[in-house]
Amino acid sequence: MAISRDEVVHVARLARLALTDEELDRFAGQLDAILEAVGKVAELDLSGVEPTLHPLALSNVWAEDEPRPSLPVEDALANAPAPEDGAFRVPAG
Amino acid sequence: MSWEPVIGLEIHVHLKTRTKMFCRCEVAYFDPPNTHTCPVCLAFPGALPVPNRQAVEWTILLGHALGCQVPERAIFHRKNYFYPDNPKGYQISQYDQPLCVNGSFEVPGADGDRVVGIERAHLEEDAAKTIHRGGAEGRIHGADHSLVDFNRSGTPLVEIVTKPDIRSPEEAKAFLQLLRQTVVELGISDAEMEKGSLRFDVNVSVRPKGSDELRTRTELKNMNSFNFAAKGIEREMRRQIEIYESGGQVDQETLHFDPNNESAPPLRSKEEAQDYRYFPEPDLVPLEPAAELVERLRGDLPELPSARVRRLESEVGFVLAEGLVTSGRDELYSRIPGERAGVANVVMNELAAIGLDPSAVNAEELGKVIAARGEIPRGAFAEALAESASPGFSADRYLAEAAIADVGELDPVIDRILSANESQVEAYRGGKEGLLGFFVGQVMKETGGKANPKIVNERLREKLRG
Amino acid sequence: MIDTLRLTAEEASGLVERGEVSGAELHRAYLDAIAERDPELHAYLHTVDEPEGDGVPIALKDVISTRGVETTAASKILEGYKPVYDATVAERCKSAGLPLLGKTNLDEFAMGSSTENSAYGPTRNPWDPTRVPGGSSGGSTAAVAAGLAPWALGSDTGGSIKQPAALCGVVGLRPTYGTVSRYGIVAFASSLDQVGPIAKNVRDCALLHRIVAGRDPLDSTTVELPQPIEVPEAEDLKGLRVGVPRELNEADGIEPGVSEVANRTIELCRELGAEVGECSLPRSVEFGLPCYYLIAPSEASSNLARYDGVRYGLRVENGDVRTMYERTRDAGFGDEPKRRIMLGTYALSAGYYDAYYGQAQKVRTVIRDEHAAAFERFDVLVSPTSPTVAFELGARTENPLAMYAADLLTIPSNMAGLPGLSIPCGLSEGLPVGFQLIGPQFSENVLFRAGHALERAIGFDVVPERLK
Repeated sequence: MAISRDEVVHVARLARLALTDEELDRFAGQLDAILEAVGKVAELDLSGVEPTLHPLALSNVWAEDEPRPSLPVEDALANAPAPEDGAFRVPAG
Repeated sequence: MSWEPVIGLEIHVHLKTRTKMFCRCEVAYFDPPNTHTCPVCLAFPGALPVPNRQAVEWTILLGHALGCQVPERAIFHRKNYFYPDNPKGYQISQYDQPLCVNGSFEVPGADGDRVVGIERAHLEEDAAKTIHRGGAEGRIHGADHSLVDFNRSGTPLVEIVTKPDIRSPEEAKAFLQLLRQTVVELGISDAEMEKGSLRFDVNVSVRPKGSDELRTRTELKNMNSFNFAAKGIEREMRRQIEIYESGGQVDQETLHFDPNNESAPPLRSKEEAQDYRYFPEPDLVPLEPAAELVERLRGDLPELPSARVRRLESEVGFVLAEGLVTSGRDELYSRIPGERAGVANVVMNELAAIGLDPSAVNAEELGKVIAARGEIPRGAFAEALAESASPGFSADRYLAEAAIADVGELDPVIDRILSANESQVEAYRGGKEGLLGFFVGQVMKETGGKANPKIVNERLREKLRG
Repeated sequence: MIDTLRLTAEEASGLVERGEVSGAELHRAYLDAIAERDPELHAYLHTVDEPEGDGVPIALKDVISTRGVETTAASKILEGYKPVYDATVAERCKSAGLPLLGKTNLDEFAMGSSTENSAYGPTRNPWDPTRVPGGSSGGSTAAVAAGLAPWALGSDTGGSIKQPAALCGVVGLRPTYGTVSRYGIVAFASSLDQVGPIAKNVRDCALLHRIVAGRDPLDSTTVELPQPIEVPEAEDLKGLRVGVPRELNEADGIEPGVSEVANRTIELCRELGAEVGECSLPRSVEFGLPCYYLIAPSEASSNLARYDGVRYGLRVENGDVRTMYERTRDAGFGDEPKRRIMLGTYALSAGYYDAYYGQAQKVRTVIRDEHAAAFERFDVLVSPTSPTVAFELGARTENPLAMYAADLLTIPSNMAGLPGLSIPCGLSEGLPVGFQLIGPQFSENVLFRAGHALERAIGFDVVPERLK
């Protein structure tokens, strides 16, 4: 078994997904099958191989410390579910 | 059993760049909420980060000041966690390939230097600001809801992690003061705790003195001044020692102090070890600082505070040297000519109390006044100090009021006073030595306060001896 | 009368330039076609009535942020979200005078190979509405195939432009990674996502690619094009060395009908003067899918963490902040994003990173090196784009692994950041077959040249039979 139902429960919590029991059962089976399949990468002995972090061999891309216009507050909050006093309201932690 | 503390520090410093770390919004987090934001620092769908070159250079500069190596290649990592002040759901930070590693920072002490190892200094972005509403005085406990302001989100932060080489609360405080001083002098941060541009956490454990074991440590958070830190560390040390001495075990915990109340016991939480699922940031390419850049930045280092403390120590002793450097007054001190200890004392004591702008002080002229301190009246000296930063300040005016020290001038005055007060002279010679003050007073009155008190004293005594 | 089913973007542009048709008329012709055929096909999620610009109208996949126009990534979690800024590619289209026709349907968050994962209902294949158009850019390819847009932009992570282009019988380019800006593109997998052109022919693709490609200072992973994009003219393949990777062409799961058409096309390459030879990508095909389905979900699990109900999009508020997060994300994400988020979270988690994500990043190096070795002997590698023609709606929705297999042939070159062009090369069972041309980094001009020459020789009619 590549991943148990308990591990799926744990992962769902880590990912902030409130899954129903039905979802957990369904996903657990599917994720197990998928992980089994992708786990195939372990078959290769790649101890001497460097990981590819980027498809292009780029480095040192940055910008000068010059300000650009920020969004007007209305735009920043335009899609906010709960704007309040110019800020984003959220329930208490 | 004798115990010693094992202390490490984690310090966060805001870089005072004009723009944020990964976008070009201005850094202005005291402005009205969300007035300095953009799709990037608000983490709108599709937004991408672009690093601030100035922030990278200043971090390397700081690395040099901390004696660090700058590896050929550094990368950014994503640190994944969910919190409303973390809009992307991850913070762009650095993990196992930071910009600066393996340094050391010397903290001069009265009994020699403590060398504190520096694990790393890396670059990351700050979170947004959350204001809690509905609870008691804006505190998180009992809050009804919170408001998130993203002006601060994305501000460049350098995180400095020390090795656990600090061995006392005072040393921790000295380290923090010196680090703060260094960062300010490099011009890369204002490092003010009250404004949140310098924050730190402390890791504390204890062990039997002389052993090299590393026991369980606790993390202290939210202490908002260096003094508070020293006291907090002290208390935590005692708490841990008591536990061990009564046969118990110290639990790994985080202690959240109340930043407004030093004496309140901290809240303890066994926070779940967070799995941040670090992985290299795919939206950013590696940093490979050119050797010429790294060397140029090394050359840009001014003489650092710790080096200046040691240099001045030979001139004025440790206490004055440390005081001068950490109060930012050693540059002024160095400019004022004259006998070193005397100058140092004036700068640290009288001048400090006046609160002048050190860069405006006319050091040459002030040096002359200090040199003549014994000869001019106290009032004139104080006035001279107060004026020393005013344009056109000149010592001459005050030196002209130098007390009359010429015996040839004073003796006739003294003789006159003595002859005019024969009964007091007899009384003095008969044992009433307190009358010396009376004679001195008379001479001072006669000379309009300008006689050199020391010389008057000497001459009177001699003449009264008969 | 404007025949939107046949009209290419280049032709449309000519009509407007010569004054034969106004920009507004052109726009209206497409809106009329959409009104007529889109209720059945559902290629579009939203259309824009007022054209802004006189040029050739364009459809944009709904992962592309368009200021003031709803952008949902086909997810409920972004229902009603209207960006306050334009993606760089959207801005470049605007600057070129291309009016926005509308936002096209896709698999939710670009995760899928059939457009059935859209939270707003699937798109149907214009060649056979009981079948899928492919995915994730199925809306864009269906729109072009059905004459509902002269051209479109899609996005490709594991093959999401190439595969639906193949299934819909149109041309699609997945550009070299880093040549088109991702700024403003709803992110799926950052080291793989690329935006590319979809059109009826190769020349149109080249013209559109020229408009959007090039370094963007707002995207640190982009570079300047080493050479300008050339719109192809040549109709032969003289001097071209064409490689046929065994593993891509003989993989398990390739339908015989697809193989047959692809092989005929390989023959055609020879006839057109190319030097054709066999080569091998020993591990790229076998390990491509597992590698992709570790890296892409890992990056996605992190890219989708921002959908939390705080600043935009859906919010389900009931209790404390943590509950809000959990309920919002549960209600807002469909099954496939949930699966991939969990997969990715797991692959990155403490104790599993080295075996899964870390290992996959090394496999990526192997794939890159194998392709580089092949390109020492060949200019272009070819294969079918998709193992099958369009499958039926619902045929693979219960089996994620079966769905993932649709990307078998497009994924390997994607892992190496290489460009790939898919051109329709024939029909099998009455449904389009796509031919994939893969080149080294920055070889788009070679791909366009080869694709155009083949296209002219094949003479594939892009208009679906049933719509004629």
